[in-house]
Amino acid sequence: MTLGERVRGDFPILERTVNGHRLIYLDSAATAQKPRPVLDALRAFYERSNANVHRSIHTLGEEATELFEAARDRIRAFLGARYREEVIFTKGTTEAINLALHTWARRALQEGDEILLTEMEHHSNLVPWLLLARERRLRLRYVPVTDAGRLDLEALDRLLSRRTRLVALTHVSNVLGTVNPVVEIVARAQAAGARVLIDGAQAVPHLPVDVAGLGVDFYAFSGHKMGAPTGIGVLYGRRELLEPLEPAFGGSEIIKEVWLDRATWNDLPWRFEPGTPPIAGAVGLGAAVDYLEGLGRRVVQAHDEALVAEALAQLEGLEGLKLYGPRDPGSRVGVISFNLPGVHPHDLAAALDAEGIAVRAGHHCAQPLMRRLGVVGTARASFGVYTTPEDVAALTEGLRRAHEVLGLGPAIR
Amino acid sequence: MAALYSDVILERFRHPRYRGKLVAADGAHEDVNPLCGDRIRMELKLDGAAVREIDAVRYRGDACAIALASADLLAEMAEGRPVREAEGIDRDTLGAARQANIRASRLRCVTLPLDVFRTALAEAKRVARAATPPSGGTPR
Repeated sequence: MTLGERVRGDFPILERTVNGHRLIYLDSAATAQKPRPVLDALRAFYERSNANVHRSIHTLGEEATELFEAARDRIRAFLGARYREEVIFTKGTTEAINLALHTWARRALQEGDEILLTEMEHHSNLVPWLLLARERRLRLRYVPVTDAGRLDLEALDRLLSRRTRLVALTHVSNVLGTVNPVVEIVARAQAAGARVLIDGAQAVPHLPVDVAGLGVDFYAFSGHKMGAPTGIGVLYGRRELLEPLEPAFGGSEIIKEVWLDRATWNDLPWRFEPGTPPIAGAVGLGAAVDYLEGLGRRVVQAHDEALVAEALAQLEGLEGLKLYGPRDPGSRVGVISFNLPGVHPHDLAAALDAEGIAVRAGHHCAQPLMRRLGVVGTARASFGVYTTPEDVAALTEGLRRAHEVLGLGPAIR
Repeated sequence: MAALYSDVILERFRHPRYRGKLVAADGAHEDVNPLCGDRIRMELKLDGAAVREIDAVRYRGDACAIALASADLLAEMAEGRPVREAEGIDRDTLGAARQANIRASRLRCVTLPLDVFRTALAEAKRVARAATPPSGGTPR
């Protein structure tokens, strides 16, 4: 029995039907479905322990604080971070990247400095830097993507210079599924004197991640793509980098003492968590971490790789289907983009939805990459721990019949 | 199984009647749907400075079947019609012509061509009035 078949029953939503068909959810890269232990943890929190954290001198307040901070400890271990002070709760990857920008980058970068990004970035790791570049007169440079859907590492060396202060890139492409060689890039970037920020949104659901082992300075990810609720994410930052930084956003929680004309700042990590944090979200993320670790992160990785190998083998056999990204299942994750000639990706997604198959279609918030690929958009199937070989077969069959379903021609072979 | 898209949408998508470009358009506009990156361009020619009728409408773009079929229907509804009448075309009249219920997630596929058309028409009116005085003076 595959992992997907074994754990499907943990995901209540997979019991529903869509357009008269069994739901085949292949949009986990957008957001993953939630296992029952996460739903139970949220319910238990709200039904038993709901209170605000940190300053409530009553039983519920203490329980809530304990649960919230215990979630931080579990996430520290999950990420391989050395210290709990390095785990800052945010509402997601986007906010985490913006937080690194407003705390560290605004202080560290000056006119003429360069930020090195890549052509495969999600807008979340591109647009914030565009804004900062415009404000501070920084130069943005981009590592190109090869025809095989990988980063051009030779170009990386040419693009790194004394002026490069930051290299910010995605761990895993949300379009191509490519796993970027972060260890190697970190080594080269740090040798050039640059800091490294990694967008880990698509990596944490599929791969074991060890931030200390990777040697990165910042690592951002979202909970909802790994089974936690929406509205919770994390910015990991190395303690010695975070320690001298001022808060980016004012509010309660970030202070030690406040006067009418000044304030002193709280310790890490609370200095960067103004206002009431997403307490239940953090509890849910802790439960999602427990769930993934319970399955075994190597097991999850092997499951994903097997599904990718199966999907690529089947999709490559479909006449005319254009696939994007590396063909080697070992260097990518279960995020697969494709186009069917003569069919717009949205129409393709509509044809699949008619059979209960949920895929994403469009530019995937990666318009520069779409231009690099020479397309307006792609359709994208992405896998979760609950994805089964049967789901992959249904996708293949759905694609085979898409022309027919849309009334555009006969089914393909 | 029940058809996913109406026959009208499929027919217009497969056999468009107004797709293309105009040699001497009075007004043109192009825009994208930020949700999906789809792009539609519309070009219009009016009947001169009197700005009474729409002589020709053409469109092109990278877009889905619903957006392209909507643009084609819109062009048909507007071409050869009084400007004032064409200005009254809205989501509902276009929807009736399409003979399909469009789901909320695809509504922008319909409103994109409509918005592009309206902007192109406004520009065409401006240009036509300015370029050809009623006396038939020198063209721009």
